[in-house]
Order: sequence, then structure tokens, then C-alpha cells
Amino acid sequence: MDIARRALISLAILLAGWQGLVWLTDVEPFILPGPWLVLASLAGHLELIGKHAVTTLLEIILGLLFGSVFGVLSAVSLSWYPNVRRWLLPLLVVTQAIPVFALAPVLVLWLGYGLASKVMMASLIIFFPVTAAFLDGLRRTEPGWLDLAQTMTARSTPNGTTASQRWALLRHIRIPAALPALASGLRVAASVAPIGAVVGEWVGSSAGLGYLMLHANGRMQIDLLFAALFVLAAMAVTIYFTLDWLLRRLLPWQPDSLAHD
Amino acid sequence: MPAQTFNRDNPPAIGVELRGGALAFDGRAVFKDLDLDIPAGQTTCLLGASGVGKSSLLRLIAGISPEATARHLGASDGGPIAGRIAYMDQRDLLLPWLNVLANVTLGARLRGEAPDYHRAGDLLARVGLADEANALPSALSGGMRQRAALARTLMEDRAVVLMDEPFSAVDALTRLRLQDLAAELLIGRTTLLVTHDPLEALRLGHRILVLRGDPAHMSTPLEPAGTVPRPADDPALHGLAAGILRDLAA
Repeated sequence: MDIARRALISLAILLAGWQGLVWLTDVEPFILPGPWLVLASLAGHLELIGKHAVTTLLEIILGLLFGSVFGVLSAVSLSWYPNVRRWLLPLLVVTQAIPVFALAPVLVLWLGYGLASKVMMASLIIFFPVTAAFLDGLRRTEPGWLDLAQTMTARSTPNGTTASQRWALLRHIRIPAALPALASGLRVAASVAPIGAVVGEWVGSSAGLGYLMLHANGRMQIDLLFAALFVLAAMAVTIYFTLDWLLRRLLPWQPDSLAHD
Repeated sequence: MPAQTFNRDNPPAIGVELRGGALAFDGRAVFKDLDLDIPAGQTTCLLGASGVGKSSLLRLIAGISPEATARHLGASDGGPIAGRIAYMDQRDLLLPWLNVLANVTLGARLRGEAPDYHRAGDLLARVGLADEANALPSALSGGMRQRAALARTLMEDRAVVLMDEPFSAVDALTRLRLQDLAAELLIGRTTLLVTHDPLEALRLGHRILVLRGDPAHMSTPLEPAGTVPRPADDPALHGLAAGILRDLAA
């Protein structure tokens, strides 16, 4: 059975269960609207939801981009400079104890109600998983590959390992070998980036799906809230699977050993 | 194809001299004050039971052993050894993200040189992998992967070749074929081949050394008659192998 058919069946079962719950409990629509009501709301507010979805999508994508780039750069720097690693790595781990969500009001205060504070929020929460995963990969290079590379780059003048030798090893062996680990970090990033963007919108904004949801909630438009939530979920899932597909295409040498299990 | 076409840059043969090699783990000496001479242009086979330190000795010469030390390690021409050796491990150590051709030319890329794809293609043809140049290592059998590793080792075109049980992970028939191929391609090169298989040593080695004891010491060299690779079905070879096995077990 192919993946699309399985996804459709799962969705159908979920919707049927939802509708069944609404019928059985006879719950008020402003507490839990049924799927048809939500769908009708989605169709009726397509333009409104679309406008806010574009804002949130932009925040997520920019957040992913900045967070990943800085995560990759910091992992490479940490692996390159042992001193930086000794000083900054513990600090980095400690900063993870601070819930980034608690920083959201400060970020809004500093960066304003616009896009910047949400992009910063999303970047901040994905920065650490990307750095940690990539650095872990850079540390776990197969020692045999490094030994081999060492014999290939050894010079007749024995003055230890030179910077150019280390760079060659990093570029041709360590970084490519760590790409599957980076891919795992990016997958985590893709699944948490929407959280960052939406939390940023809740704290203070004038646009985005998070803003629309708060607004709808305040006006008891629970069907609109659910419609926005549905679009947000669809967006997050699409981002995740697009990235996953892309990473598989880019790393064909790292086969999924569970694929045929 | 004559050997000269792919050995055209063949560097002049040099021997390797090691004096006062030492290795200790937790205060226990695996070997100490060990001397080893690898004659120029010949294959020296080093035999020993596992744990006796033969791989560590090879890694010491390769410059990749942080634990083992030597009082003196140099070439017979008075120069250093660093930068003049090619290393081949029991595992093929092919990089899974590079195809066979890119793996074979890895050394040049690491050194920032332009790879000689023509010579790499010749070498791949010599080891029977001309059609697999663009394949990823995961698509190759164990024997093919080891042949690719052999091509990569020869591509380095170094005066000294160090091989650490290069054929121990493949089946018996593939091993015999790989031994023939290696013997043919290593003609004229100074080679140290570490193995635990007496028959392999007897097929390939101009000189055979046995490392044994605690701490380990080197036996007097054995120099069997005949040219390498000696035929695997030679009864005299099997007689010698039985003798070496008795020695190793003693």
C-alpha cells in the first residue's frame, strides 16, 4: 500500500472519530465544532486565512534558514577550535535550560511586533538542535577514515598537523560524514520551527495564524480557530515531509535500513 | 598491460628502519626495544597471534599510532618516512558518499592537488573495476570493495606500502585472487604486510617474520624459495605453514 493511500485512510478515520464524538456528546459548536463546520469556515475565510498563513510560513522558513545556517556555522566552529568548545559548549547547554518561550515577550519588546521577533524566536529554538546534532556527527567520524586521510596528507617535514591538513580532513571527511547527523537535526528543526513562530505571534503580533487563532478565540469563532489550526498543521506537515524528501535525495548513500523491515 | 604504465612515477625503492619500538598498555609492555628492517623493493610479511602488537607496529610506522613509540624510525636513504607510505586496512575504509573513482583519487583531493583520473582509470581496470568507477561502495561486494581499496593504495604511488590484514575479511577464493593481484601490482615496492594467516605470508612474502612472546620479540627472518606469488597448492608451502603455526602456538 502506498503512502498516500495510507495517509488518506488515517485522515478519514480521524475525521470520522471527530464527527462521531461531536454527535455522541452533542457538544456545543463553540466548544468543539464538527469537521464539516470547520471545513465550511475554512472555505468561507479562505482569503483571510491565506493572508495570515503566508505571514506564518514566511516566519517559519526564515527562522529555519537563519537557525540552520547559524547552527551549522557554530557546530563547525566548535569542532574547529577546541578552546571555543571548552568555553562555549557548557554555556550553550546551560542556555537550553532557559525556556525559549519565556524569552518571547523580551524579543517582542526588543524587535517589535513584526516579522523580526518571530523569525528570531523560531531561529533560537532550532539553533540548538541543529548545532548539537551536527557537532555530534562531526565528533563521531570513523577513526579509520581519519587514519587513512592522515597517511595521505602526512608531509615529509614532521611538524605536527598543520591547519591546511586539518581543514582538508574537515572538508573532505568530517563534514560529509556528519551530514546524516545534520539531516536528523534539520528534521527536528522543521518540526519545532512552527512552534517558535506561533508562540511569537501569541505574545505580540498583528498578523499570522497564531494571531488569527487568538483573535478568533476571543470572538468565540471556534470554527475559524480550528480552521486556522488545521492550516497550520497542514503547513507544518508539508514543510517536514518536503525537507525529509529533499534530505533523502541529497544523501542517497545513507539508506534507510528500516525501509524494508 | 605492463606494470610500467601505472607505475610510471614509481618512486625509487627505499627500505624502512625501526629501532627501539615500544608499546605498553596499563604498564604492561606489549613489545619493547623492538627492531625491524623492511628491505627495499621486497614484501615483508609479519605474522603473529592477535594481541601481540603486530598491527600497532604497522600503525607506528604509518604514523597513526598515538600509543607506540620508537627511538628511531626512518628510511634507508636517511630521509623520513612520513609522506612516503600508503596505508591499507583490513576494512576497505571507502567513503560511502564517494563513488569508486572519487574514492581512489581521494589522496590527491585531500592534498589539494588535481586528481590524475587517467591513471586512476588505468588502475581500476587493472583491479577489474573499470565498469564500477561510478558506483557507490554500497553497491559493491566485499571482494570488489577490497580491490577498490587496493587501487586507492596504489594510486598514492608511495615508496612504501603498509597493509594491515588486507584480505582477511573476504572469502577464501576471493582472498587467493586478491593475493595474486596484489603480488603482481606490488612488484618492486617496499611492502609490509601484517597477517595472521601463515599461508598468505608464505605466498606473498620475500621475507617472513613472526612476532611472539610477552613482551613480543621478532623471530629470525624466514626466506622461502621461489618467486611470489607462490602457488597456493605447493605442498612445500603447506609444510612450512604447519611449522609456523606450531611456532605461533608455542
